[in-house]
Amino acid sequence: MSNPILQIQDVTMRFGGVTAIDQLSLDVQKGEIYGLIGPNGAGKTTIFNNITGNYIPTEGKIIFDGEEITGTKPNKVVDFGIARTFQNIRLFKSMTVLENVLIGYHNRMHYSYLEAIFRLPRYWSYEKKIRAKAMELLEEFGIIDLADNEATALSYGNQRKVEIARAVATDPKLLLLDEPAAGMNPSETEDLSNIIHKIKKDFDLTILLIEHDMKFVNNMCDLVTVLDYGENIFVGKPADAIKDDKVITAYLGEFKHA
Amino acid sequence: MQKIVLNSLLLALAIYLIYWANRSLDNYTLSILNNIGIFAILALSYNLINGVAGQFSLEPNGFVAIGAYMGALFTIPTETKIDMFALVDPAPVVLQMHSGFLPAILIGGATAAIIAAMLSFPVFRVRGDYLAIVTLGFGFIIRIFAMNNPAYTNGAMGLNDIPGNADFIWIGLITIVTFIVMLNVITSRYGRAMKAVRDDEDAAIAMGVNTFAIKTTAFVTSAFFEGVGGALLASFLTTISPDQFTFLLTFQLLIIIVLGGLGSMSGALFATVLVMGGMEWLRFLDDDMNILGYHTGAHPGMRMVVFAILLVIMMLFARKGLFGDKEIGETVRKRFGKKRSLDQQRSGEAL
Repeated sequence: MSNPILQIQDVTMRFGGVTAIDQLSLDVQKGEIYGLIGPNGAGKTTIFNNITGNYIPTEGKIIFDGEEITGTKPNKVVDFGIARTFQNIRLFKSMTVLENVLIGYHNRMHYSYLEAIFRLPRYWSYEKKIRAKAMELLEEFGIIDLADNEATALSYGNQRKVEIARAVATDPKLLLLDEPAAGMNPSETEDLSNIIHKIKKDFDLTILLIEHDMKFVNNMCDLVTVLDYGENIFVGKPADAIKDDKVITAYLGEFKHA
Repeated sequence: MQKIVLNSLLLALAIYLIYWANRSLDNYTLSILNNIGIFAILALSYNLINGVAGQFSLEPNGFVAIGAYMGALFTIPTETKIDMFALVDPAPVVLQMHSGFLPAILIGGATAAIIAAMLSFPVFRVRGDYLAIVTLGFGFIIRIFAMNNPAYTNGAMGLNDIPGNADFIWIGLITIVTFIVMLNVITSRYGRAMKAVRDDEDAAIAMGVNTFAIKTTAFVTSAFFEGVGGALLASFLTTISPDQFTFLLTFQLLIIIVLGGLGSMSGALFATVLVMGGMEWLRFLDDDMNILGYHTGAHPGMRMVVFAILLVIMMLFARKGLFGDKEIGETVRKRFGKKRSLDQQRSGEAL
């Protein structure tokens, strides 16, 4: 029954003397929405960076879809089918919404440099095909009307959508979302969770997300792992996590009885 | 379709104007136009690596020098070379170099491109300020190489009697070719990736863009056209020496692309006309002037002061230049044109 798409096996990440992640293991099953929560500095984003190849783990292995990807270069990890968003939205600021999404399709426009310079037929056919696809994707996210706007002129919620759309454009199997709901108001958050559910179904995605908003996590995630100082202190349903003593201690500190 | 017809008409008009200018303008005007054309080629190509790909590099003087020397050595007749090399005898390979004008230009470009490709391995290990320093060093190395290898370059005496094949037809047409190539690059997936690298390199990597390959592509393309421009410059001036390829050349190109707006090709073109035309027009500043009866005396280089001040003003008040990073077409469309319809976009028709 178990069909893990992502396995993190005994990963340790040290920065000099600081151990950011300590012997962490977790399995993400295909088709799951998996939450990664924990207090600030627990090592959540470090795990993302380990998966995407921005950091190479000091010890341990990362296996994606049956293949070991530990230490693969970040731009190659995308080819395996892993896409990410960033904690602080990082759109290409000189480009329109459409162009931002088109960057996601970069590796799937198979025309060469010379074909682009001389405007040979393959240039036209790929540009046309992919642009149509990108517009479809924007429609999926409900931001098709904004296609020609400067990406950074959009509202925060819409910028987040563009960023996720851009990641989905790379045709991933696994989507890593780093605090997607951060800085959003309740209605934007609800809108976002609907969209995440929708794209998960439409694009057959597995999603691993970092989030602090527990209501959002409760709504979204099938399973959560709680990290504290790089250690795995809880694995289970999100509803059980908030009742767990260790988790409460991690967030609020030890409660001493008089 | 409409757009293709319009562009072809514009192209035809430009080519016609070049022929007309070459036939009916006087030599002085033509030499200014030639100068503008050559600097346009250089500025357009420098804009690709510096403006579009956002890699702040300071090496164009090196590539222009390579192109100029290659172009010159391939076009100067063998007997002239033997006479000209006064310090030491020319190296045998120098005597063997010979080709027509067009191949010589292309060889100039190709040599610069090959050197750029090799250079990209050490150069793109560093980002930002360090990149500027490393590329600046390269420019110096080329000049010093030219100074100290008289068997290949005739040392500080430079090369003379370079056949002046580069008339305005050559220069004008190559300027147009450069412009079109640059536009085609920046509106392709490669150009988009270059802009992505400029805006946020890490995000570009996260989209699967091989940023090293993209930067190298921009660098090599830019070097190729700088080399071509250099070869044209050599043929236009008919004499070159290492002192022409100092950092000042790079500085001048930098002023042009900053003035035009980093990343805007049409901006680079306009700014070249402005700066190179202005240089010519402001010539009176260098001469003795009579201001209300007071004689200033001749100050060669006074024009450069004006441009330095212009650069300061630009940085203070108009950091984005004439066109920002947009092309003139986009700017005009945004202001006056109608929006492209959603249906057009859905079908991917609105390229």
